[in-house]
Amino acid sequence: MNAVTGAVGAGRSLFKVRRYPAGGPMPTEVAAPKPQWRLAARAFGKDRMAVVSLVVLLLVALAAIFAPLLTPYSPIAGDPVDRLAGVGTEGHLLGLDGQGRDIWTRLLYGGRNSLTVAVVPVLVVFPLALMIGLFAGFKRSRAGEVLMRVLDVLFAFPLVLLAIALSAVLGAGLGNVMLAIGITLIPYMARVAYTATVQESSKDYVEAARAYGANPLLLMFRELMPNVVVQLLVYATTLCGLMIVVASGLSFLGVGVIPPTPDWGIMTADGKNVLLEGIYHVATIPGLLILVVSLAFNLIGDGIRDALDPRKQTS
Amino acid sequence: MSRSDPLISVTDLRKVFAVRGEDRKRSEFVAVDTISFDVERGETFGLIGESGSGKTTTGRMVLGLEKPTSGSVTFDGNDLAGLSDLDMRRYREHIQMVFQDSGSAFNPRRSVGSQITYPLKLFRTASPAEARKKALDLLDRVGMLPSHFDRYIHEFSGGQRQRLGIARALITDPDFVVLDEPTAALDVSVQAQILNLLKDLQRERKLTMLLITHNLALVEHMCEHAGVLDHGKLVESGPVDQLLTNPATAITRKLVDAVLEPELTAAAG
Amino acid sequence: MSADNALDVKNLSVDFHTDGGVVHAVKNANISVAEGGILGLVGESGSGKSVTSLAVLRLLGSSRARITSGEILFRGENLLDKTDKEMRAIRGPHIGMVSQNALSALDPSFTIGAQLVEVIRLHQGVDKATARAKALEALELVALPEAKRRMGAYPHELSGGQRQRVVIAIALSCRPELLLADEPTTALDATVQKQILDLLVDINRELGTSILLVTHDFGVVAHVCTDVTVMRRGDVLESGTVDQVLNHPKHPYTQGLMRSVPRLHPDDASRSVARADRRLFEFHGDTTKEQAEKENEYVA
Repeated sequence: MNAVTGAVGAGRSLFKVRRYPAGGPMPTEVAAPKPQWRLAARAFGKDRMAVVSLVVLLLVALAAIFAPLLTPYSPIAGDPVDRLAGVGTEGHLLGLDGQGRDIWTRLLYGGRNSLTVAVVPVLVVFPLALMIGLFAGFKRSRAGEVLMRVLDVLFAFPLVLLAIALSAVLGAGLGNVMLAIGITLIPYMARVAYTATVQESSKDYVEAARAYGANPLLLMFRELMPNVVVQLLVYATTLCGLMIVVASGLSFLGVGVIPPTPDWGIMTADGKNVLLEGIYHVATIPGLLILVVSLAFNLIGDGIRDALDPRKQTS
Repeated sequence: MSRSDPLISVTDLRKVFAVRGEDRKRSEFVAVDTISFDVERGETFGLIGESGSGKTTTGRMVLGLEKPTSGSVTFDGNDLAGLSDLDMRRYREHIQMVFQDSGSAFNPRRSVGSQITYPLKLFRTASPAEARKKALDLLDRVGMLPSHFDRYIHEFSGGQRQRLGIARALITDPDFVVLDEPTAALDVSVQAQILNLLKDLQRERKLTMLLITHNLALVEHMCEHAGVLDHGKLVESGPVDQLLTNPATAITRKLVDAVLEPELTAAAG
Repeated sequence: MSADNALDVKNLSVDFHTDGGVVHAVKNANISVAEGGILGLVGESGSGKSVTSLAVLRLLGSSRARITSGEILFRGENLLDKTDKEMRAIRGPHIGMVSQNALSALDPSFTIGAQLVEVIRLHQGVDKATARAKALEALELVALPEAKRRMGAYPHELSGGQRQRVVIAIALSCRPELLLADEPTTALDATVQKQILDLLVDINRELGTSILLVTHDFGVVAHVCTDVTVMRRGDVLESGTVDQVLNHPKHPYTQGLMRSVPRLHPDDASRSVARADRRLFEFHGDTTKEQAEKENEYVA
């Protein structure tokens, strides 16, 4: 611990002992300790960027869910007469795309698909990767090592490339895209869980639990898992941000959702064709949304990581 | 003084690790090299050594956390190596450990109370209500409050963490406690409290203790007998009064000379 | 405080702004290092001793820490008035620092020779060959065995004691007038600790370097220091020569500290009691046990 951390730490420990100023009122009863999640929520709340990101993300999600309430138009049928109308056209705040479909509407309905594809695979793979990481990382057995090496093979392929290949094999469509992305995610998430498990396994509290006779299963699930889950959760959140981009990319390349189903990637692809004609809004608007949502996920991930750091939680 | 009733008997204990050296060749590292010592009932035995001497590995073998390459550890006459799984679990009730840094010896994501009662749940020696009561009694005995039961380890100061570590070590009413540098991470004023507490508890509970440390003054204060480890070898052992005032080996003498005391002699200053 | 002190800290106050409020890490501290002397700055954790030494070098970082009052007089000038550029010219050539953890003080990616040469060239502007010669000199000054061969070694290849010697060599490479050592031996084995401390005494004697030694260990102070200042929770409790403070401590806190440490050679009074009955003096700073228990209650 270098001198500066020590100094600040000294300041902090000084604070911890003198919690109430000299002469201040001494309460007669010690306050009940707050549950850990509430402390975490409070720590999260201190990170302004994270809170803003969370709000933005919630708004986007809610808008996508309540799409029919927020727009009268259809996302798949358009009126070609007004095609490529710009931003601010009467009745169409964000303009129309190449087929005369209202962009705002397609953003909303497209959000359903984009968000689903970004989040669901991560959610589904989470427990699988957790198990793989825990079992391989804790026992360090031959079987575990072999498993990790197999996953390493998948690592050799660039994520997007692998997703494309799988999509091509499985065919396009929402379900297949999620499957492809899910499969490509397994080695990444498993490795994070594995590393976290290995690191935590060498810590003293695991040794202490072993010293009073906890068997390996207990050690894995009762001692290690809570600590590993947290690290994996932080990673998963930022991964969602990346998956939005990947999913959109897949759609952009034509191996994602099947048109005319809307999603932000396909919208960007549609807009690409008219960029050279000087018409920007069709591609840029969904592109910006992808950027914002991806950024939001990342900032939330940072916020969660800091909030769940036990040292930052003061009641 | 006859030393005929040892609770713990270490005989020719040896631990060899297979390592891969910098030249990528497999070689052996002898962490503990055929050491023997006894710990009498009710006394504190000091295992002295600097870092790398093998003292921590020895402590882990005594606890059964590490299997010796050869040699034996005997508890109350029973060789640990020959114990069945069930007996090994029972053994763990009787022997516990206080870590140097209790802060890291507690799971940061579970309450300290749940971790203190956990050994009782594991050994099924008490109902949840009884376990909780026992834990609260112990917390009180080590100078903590009932409200601390539901807190998390990072919320406590160094001295409090050691108290919690002691409480957890004592929850199963062990006969034998291994203390690995119990006060090294603590401030001076807090050390005295913890050491006094340990002595009181030893008397109340008739504990036998193995103190692993590099601090000779601590050994002088706590132990009747001690042994000096250097690079895995037990170079000297015997009554502390003799060992530290009149060391027989050069290594022990070097350790004794390295101790810096606040008392100024006529020569210094 | 006479004019020939190497360092005069006057009425220094340092505040830390934490999430929970303002912490007064140092409160109106007056600390002096005599010219050619070795001052032991003693205290437990939270006493403000490390913060003081960082404040002298203006290394506190401005985001959370604020020096709210006082002067730090070095060579007749107030260091708190200096610009960053001026401070950089002082750190190294005039004030050197040795911190607790030598492993993290050294860059693991560079050989120790390279790190020494870098510092020497930075402050003395000499060419590479001269710098290497000076680096070798510095390593020999700190009695690093096989200095020439070790120039090409990486920090992780050295033992803890050897690393600390290298850190001291770097700190002394420009022959500063003052050396700040913050717990330089706490992480080392006792035998190595003694060697490093003896080294500091040698340096003080041969080069005349004044030393501010921050420590929690009165034994270290007795062995090495000429003067002592005791701190607790930001306050300076007492100061004086080593003989004055260690043999005739005036403040109950200092007295308490001396009595609560186990001794390798206990006095006759302790020896007359059976070991199982021997207890150390228990004190809770200068509060009573009841007060300490109340404080215990309110720890977050």
